[in-house]
Amino acid sequence: MPTSNDATPTELDVRIWRGGEDGAYAHYRVPFRESQTVLDVVTFVQRHLDSTLSYRFACRVGMCGSCAMTVNGAPRWTCRTHVSKVAEDGVITIGPLRNLPVIKDLACDMTEFFEKWQRAKGRFSPTRSRREPFERISPETPKRKAVDAGIECINCGVCYSACEVVSLRRDYLGPAALNRAWTLVNDTRDAEHDARIAAVSGDAGCHNCHSHQSCVDHCPKQLSPTASIAGLKRASVGAAWRRLTGR
Amino acid sequence: MSPTALYVAQRGTAAILLPLVLGHVALILYAVGDGLSAGEILARTRGSTFWGLYYGLFVVAAAVHAAIGVRSVLGDWTRLSRTALDRVALGFGLLLLLLGSRALVGIL
Repeated sequence: MPTSNDATPTELDVRIWRGGEDGAYAHYRVPFRESQTVLDVVTFVQRHLDSTLSYRFACRVGMCGSCAMTVNGAPRWTCRTHVSKVAEDGVITIGPLRNLPVIKDLACDMTEFFEKWQRAKGRFSPTRSRREPFERISPETPKRKAVDAGIECINCGVCYSACEVVSLRRDYLGPAALNRAWTLVNDTRDAEHDARIAAVSGDAGCHNCHSHQSCVDHCPKQLSPTASIAGLKRASVGAAWRRLTGR
Repeated sequence: MSPTALYVAQRGTAAILLPLVLGHVALILYAVGDGLSAGEILARTRGSTFWGLYYGLFVVAAAVHAAIGVRSVLGDWTRLSRTALDRVALGFGLLLLLLGSRALVGIL
């Protein structure tokens, strides 16, 4: 079995997680190529070295959010991560995302991630029917700008995997679901503002965030879920004040 | 208490504690720098409404702030129920309040 000492500039020593939660890392040697992504490496292993390797991908261009994995200890979108930027002395260690149950190899069970999205009321609830005209919203309004700041999330799970609070509290909604909720709280067309604020400010909600900003550090879309969560904290105080004063 | 109420209480007490802590540190530097004895310090604090209110507010704010912080840490690192967390936090806050009040009585 080759080790990192055997790696040459033309070859990568790739360590890939095999099995479920109690699996282990297996070693593979993969030819190094120019402009090679981590997803290219995984695909090479699956197509040429071991066809039983399981992993998840779809678009390969950073849009679908399905290929996130842990690369050399950090959660990353592998289709847009170049090997040349992450390889350490020709070695790459690729594992499944942290904080999610491993199904097999590099494929995680994303069920809890998307269930939390629903628990945070991450679905748009319209105030108008399809028979009414579209509501016109100026892109210059502060609320629309707040939506813009968080709307490009691709649900990759990188922030969820990076979050220390998710590691400690399994029921915590997590950065992605809360970021989504914040975009809807600022959507003036949405009908469920109060219910959403109540859903995200409970025991497993926004007040658990310690603002470590690991989600911000790792988000491949350069979003700031921490800022969104801080917005939800302020919004929850405003909602509580309105309930208290009856306004 | 709801998580939102705890959040407001902790941030509110943090805002109160910030100037009080800075004032307390400045006071210690002044007292030590000028070589005041314990007796001289007590002569200034005893019977003083201002210092009574200053450190009374300090004790209450610290008890609330620290108790909520400990509740948060325990919530992260243990599997205690919400009720158990509330009880531990309340107990810790009351303990701080008791200790702080005892110190307050000592200087007034």
